[in-house]
Amino acid sequence: MTEIASRPPAPGPQAGRRPEAIKAIPVRHPWRWVSAVVVLAIAADAIYTMATAPNLVWDSVWTWLFRPFILGGIVVTIELTLLAMVIGIVLGITLAVMRLSPNPVMSWVSWVYIWFFRGTPVLVQIFFWYNLNAVLPHIGLGIPGTTFGWQVGTNSLINPFIAATLGLGLNEAAYMAEIVRAGIISVEHGQTEAAQALGMSRLLVMRRIVLPQAMRVIIPPTGNETISMLKTTSLAVIAAVPELFTRSHQVSTVYFNVIEMAIVASIWYLFMTSILTVGQYYIERYYARGAQRELPPTPFQRFRRLLFTFHAPPQTGPDVSVFLPSEHR
Amino acid sequence: MVKAEAVHKSFGRLEVLRGIDLEVNPKDVMCIIGPSGSGKSTFLRCINHLEKIDSGRLSVDGELVGYKERGDKLYELPDSEVCKKRSEIGMVFQRFNLFPHMTALENIVEAPLRVKGEGRAKAEARARKLLDRVGLADKVDAYPNQLSGGQQQRVAIARALAMEPKLMLFDEPTSALDPELVGDVLDVMRGLAKDGMTMVVVTHEMGFAREVGDSLVFMDGGVIVEAGTPRDVLSNPRHERTKAFLSKVL
Repeated sequence: MTEIASRPPAPGPQAGRRPEAIKAIPVRHPWRWVSAVVVLAIAADAIYTMATAPNLVWDSVWTWLFRPFILGGIVVTIELTLLAMVIGIVLGITLAVMRLSPNPVMSWVSWVYIWFFRGTPVLVQIFFWYNLNAVLPHIGLGIPGTTFGWQVGTNSLINPFIAATLGLGLNEAAYMAEIVRAGIISVEHGQTEAAQALGMSRLLVMRRIVLPQAMRVIIPPTGNETISMLKTTSLAVIAAVPELFTRSHQVSTVYFNVIEMAIVASIWYLFMTSILTVGQYYIERYYARGAQRELPPTPFQRFRRLLFTFHAPPQTGPDVSVFLPSEHR
Repeated sequence: MVKAEAVHKSFGRLEVLRGIDLEVNPKDVMCIIGPSGSGKSTFLRCINHLEKIDSGRLSVDGELVGYKERGDKLYELPDSEVCKKRSEIGMVFQRFNLFPHMTALENIVEAPLRVKGEGRAKAEARARKLLDRVGLADKVDAYPNQLSGGQQQRVAIARALAMEPKLMLFDEPTSALDPELVGDVLDVMRGLAKDGMTMVVVTHEMGFAREVGDSLVFMDGGVIVEAGTPRDVLSNPRHERTKAFLSKVL
């Protein structure tokens, strides 16, 4: 009776030999083909309509696309994006650390900042900085009630570019603070305890142990924010900053080619966000090492897989797991 | 070295420590055993002020933990003082808690460099010596996820020793290890005890407690049920609760 269950299979002559790979007819997906045809038809119609629109002058698009005036706007757009993101990230990290501080004053200041800057539209904030001189002709530091101090005209301190940078950067800091805070919280508490047990101070623990590990969680949404910021800089039009959209708009008020110039701006925005998107994929892959068993595919791998799975069952891509340090060695 | 008098600690309404009295002499090894939830880990964490005690007195090397006594008043210590006290006490955790973004060597020199302000050359030389002592001289540049559990725990011990502590606290150092890796870690601890390190060890390794421990404490429900030499407690437990516990684990 008991003999039946517990005898290991004796290694015979077949041991170690692999049976032939399964060959079966894959499931057909006719509806994928139907939907593809419908989508293509709609897309073709949209393109045809735009291409043959009676009053749309495509030549105007191609002429303006590479004009130095527009290219100069791109430079300003990139400058605005970078500066606003630097302010956003530095201030955001500071706010996140303050928010998690045991000091109630710090925590409150941070909370109020985030509440205010997240609660008002960024367009209004840029508008506010731009028009500040209307109510405050001079800005300065000094001791109230005395003449002691330092003062400067608001207009010489805040030009349109600074107004837009402040508006975008200070607003971004509120969002970055929440992203950084999520990253900090995601680091296992044992890390903080181990560092504290070694006698490390709160700030040292944050700077040397917690923040470096939080980066894995912080980086992907930060890439997202950067892409978003690139487009949000177009709001600087309200402060007449000569960036891409402002310049396109200025051209169109002279030549009345509104849609054409909007297309010019869109082409450039799309081009720049596409570059950032590809960059983001690779940064994410880099920071996912050691934390994920399988890395997210590169855009190229995705594209290939898309083509491949269109009519065939899902395939695993090229073996990416070889890049991972094995966890249990 | 460690002296506890009527130490109480609650988390919310849950009373975890209900009056702990004990004394650890310099160069002694005290092992604390007991079922999970008995408060042994909490007590250990109170010793280096990772947890604050609610009442009673707890002192290390004659100085109160977390407070300063002047006249008949207690003054809470500022953060910088607490950090300084902690840096003199080494702690080893059940889950190792090595810093995953640093190599073994970087893990070990981090605190000597940044807390003590030691020179890099001196700190690295000591780190290499310590890695050699725990049998991992060839793992200097390995990251924690490239090490087995037993190797990680030995790096963690080296990291704690790098601060040249006067007292070492072990919180179930072998509980998260595969059985065949436990021996290496216990060997390192045995060596430490022989060299005269004062140690408080929360453990389930009765063999280690019997062989290395100078005293043994059995805790349950936040109180010390029985204490004595390891041989007495393990071989001739007097309390029913101790007998019941030992009959299950031995």
